[in-house]
Amino acid sequence: MTDVLTRAAPPAPASQARLHSPMALRLRLRRVAGAPGRIWIVGAALTALLVAIPALALVREAARGSAGLWPHLLAHVIPDAALQTAILLTGVGVMVTVLGCVTAWLVTAHEFPGRRIFEWALLLPLATPTYIVAYAYLDLLHPLGAVQGSIRWLLGYASPRDFRLPDIRSMTGCIILLGFVLYPYVYLTTRAMFLTQAANLVEASRTLGTRRGQVFWRVALPLARPAIAVGVSLALMETLNDIGASEFLGVNTLTISIYTTWVTRSDLAGAAQIALVMLAFVLVLVMAERHARRRQRYWTSPQRARSLAPGRLGTGAGLAAAAFCALPVVVGFLAPASYLAAEAWKRFRFAGLSANILTEAVTTVALAAVATLATLALGLVVASAARAAPGRLTALLQRLSTIGYAMPGTVVAIGVLVPLAALDRWIDQSAQTWLGVATGLALIGSGAALCYAYTVRFLAIPTGSVDAGFSRIPRSLDHAARSLGENVTGVFRRVHLPLSTGALASAGLLVFVDCMKELPATLLLRPLNMETLATHLYGEAARGSYEDAALAALLIVLVGMAPVIVLARIGRRQPE
Amino acid sequence: MKKSVSIRSVLLGGVMLLGGVAGAMAAEVNIYTTREPGLIKPLLEAFTASTGVKVNTVFLKDGLAERVASEGASSPADILMTVDAGRLADLAQKGLTQPVKSAVLDAAVPAALRDPDNNWFAFSARGRVLYAAKDLDLKAIRYEDLADPKWKGKICIRSGQHPYNTALFAAYMAHHGPEATKTWLTGLRNNLARKAGGGDREVAKDILGGVCEIGIGNSYYVGLMRSGKGGPDQKTWGEAIKVILPTFENGGTQVNVSGAALARHAPNKEAAIRLMEYLVSDDAQKIYAEANFEYPVKAGAKLDPIVATFGELKIDPIPLTEVVKRRKQASQMAEEIGFDK
Repeated sequence: MTDVLTRAAPPAPASQARLHSPMALRLRLRRVAGAPGRIWIVGAALTALLVAIPALALVREAARGSAGLWPHLLAHVIPDAALQTAILLTGVGVMVTVLGCVTAWLVTAHEFPGRRIFEWALLLPLATPTYIVAYAYLDLLHPLGAVQGSIRWLLGYASPRDFRLPDIRSMTGCIILLGFVLYPYVYLTTRAMFLTQAANLVEASRTLGTRRGQVFWRVALPLARPAIAVGVSLALMETLNDIGASEFLGVNTLTISIYTTWVTRSDLAGAAQIALVMLAFVLVLVMAERHARRRQRYWTSPQRARSLAPGRLGTGAGLAAAAFCALPVVVGFLAPASYLAAEAWKRFRFAGLSANILTEAVTTVALAAVATLATLALGLVVASAARAAPGRLTALLQRLSTIGYAMPGTVVAIGVLVPLAALDRWIDQSAQTWLGVATGLALIGSGAALCYAYTVRFLAIPTGSVDAGFSRIPRSLDHAARSLGENVTGVFRRVHLPLSTGALASAGLLVFVDCMKELPATLLLRPLNMETLATHLYGEAARGSYEDAALAALLIVLVGMAPVIVLARIGRRQPE
Repeated sequence: MKKSVSIRSVLLGGVMLLGGVAGAMAAEVNIYTTREPGLIKPLLEAFTASTGVKVNTVFLKDGLAERVASEGASSPADILMTVDAGRLADLAQKGLTQPVKSAVLDAAVPAALRDPDNNWFAFSARGRVLYAAKDLDLKAIRYEDLADPKWKGKICIRSGQHPYNTALFAAYMAHHGPEATKTWLTGLRNNLARKAGGGDREVAKDILGGVCEIGIGNSYYVGLMRSGKGGPDQKTWGEAIKVILPTFENGGTQVNVSGAALARHAPNKEAAIRLMEYLVSDDAQKIYAEANFEYPVKAGAKLDPIVATFGELKIDPIPLTEVVKRRKQASQMAEEIGFDK
């Protein structure tokens, strides 16, 4: 199985730190194949295959050809869309890096008023889907909205025709908005790094004469680079694949072009082609980043890892730090959430409670929970394979299992729909032929297809974070356990699993929140009569009446908040 | 091949058997729709109340055709319901529908508003109309005038890639040909007060907010806003504007439709046709008019009073099929001239 896979697979990227000759690789494989770790590799290969199926389905769609599309695209669409996408990604990248790193450093290395609250509150924007935030701001900052209304009142203008602020429906507006909503990805990963790694080295650097102010630039930041890279790439992929917010704010990204090609011109083949080109582009970027880091080694010694003792800031500096941390929490969460709460209250008084909203909330949580468990299990398998048999093969499998995150949700949804519906048809026909029973759509009809889509889309999250969690467990523990008679599975169950519950739980919560917010796949793949909070919200939004959906939006935010707060508490206890 | 034939015959037997069983149970009908749940729910509830047939729905955003096509013969879908003549025609063209022979439908739906082969039927129509600031001195306008530089910086409209606009541009092309359309579209684009985007209601909201003076939107949104169904905020937006029914030079107002088709593999064909026939009944057409503020397709069906104030709708004589044909070209043209930039 493994041999077949390596031969069929394209040459692995030279991103893994250690390079092997093909001969050595084959030898290793043979050894691995005979070793008890084989079961993990087979599992990881199957997982990678599960994720690759939708991508392969897209390749098949793309191969149908789209006559004359590319000349048009290259002449009129791609140059501008690529430029817009590049500007958006750069802008959001800078924003999330600055906001994420600085806030993470402030709350881990300093003591200032409100620090304990900011520690978790800084994660709250994760709970709000970007499309909801975009809508909230569009309304708040509209000439008719509360903000401009107050300004006019203060300045004594009677009508919006006399005085208006610049429109937020612009690239700048989009960058600022997405930056304030997506920075927690960087905050989360970077803070974990600061918490576990900085202490010893920071102290060492101080004894060697680094001044306090320089520690951040010369020690903490360079050490956290892998974590920052992970966080920024998660945030950028969210940006790249965003349709809701960009569409609202009038930014025409490549993802919007895919969408237009498919929906307005019914050219699925063309859309699949653009999506694949974009996917290739993302993979090249990810590899380039890893390549740039290839010579760097990060070594931790978990036994001695201690949290950094926060240094107390003076009053002025402390207040400034508090203000800096408060800004993203207010802009990314408090303001839109308060707006939603106010709108929801208005709606509630106007129209009462929608009878189905509780059922929808339960459906949402149930779907997300099932998908999260599946995603975590598969993520564990992939990470364990990498642990049991480090090398190019497992690195490749790891990489493959994350591509769902690098594709827009709509694209993943179509990629899942085509093969799963084919499987459904086959099951149905076989059952009719051999058993005389029509099963209908076993997978799509039961919601299994939807959970599968969530898994494909979000597997990158646990794969990355469990792997990072495992990397903190010294190999000596594995050896010790093996020498005491445990087999590979036993080591996994009794050493790796208990030692990475923190990483596992935080990955699980992130996946859960993401599943809950997910919209395009949910819309396309759900069975008859099934509504979730997100689809309810969309149904109202499609009529142009977001206010009607404020309650559903608020519920998404509230249900999303609980895991986010738990996540922050886990983060605090992380150094084990 | 031979094997598949035998499978197919066994399958057919199975389906017939099951069909018989299903027929004996309470009737149901399954709808795949891209229409907003809030808009069609009143119709479906009324249907269930009057016939006892249970209706199951799934509301999709995009990918209706892909989903039905992928599900193939196993699809539970009986009725495919969507807006925009282009999308309806697409479903038929992809072989996802089947013709319906129904004297009731033939009598109620004008020939111009259904597929020549009866693969789809329109049940309601909506005009692509002009919203104008209430105090603006403007009584009538032609679509052609929207490119007039006197409107520079004064027009709001949603994305040029939205099917409602694509259909409008395609209709323009059917009237004036591609060259003139490109000039017009460029002129219209240069007149925009803000980037093309948002929804039709935002056009009304932006007019009230002073962003623009006129804009293009669908007729029924005005009814939804003004009636107060969308809440007090929207009522003020709706009341801030007046509606003018624009016409093409030597033509009428551009109209698009909402409609439905019978799915090719519909398992509950009989109930599905019954539902389609119900949708052209006087009761249902009344709901289309009163709950959704659309123009009913059936001759003699009454308009909602709010919609009636817009004046008499003179439907553009160019058939929808001619508009649908030019959809792709219109969409590409909008990209070429950077309509959304």
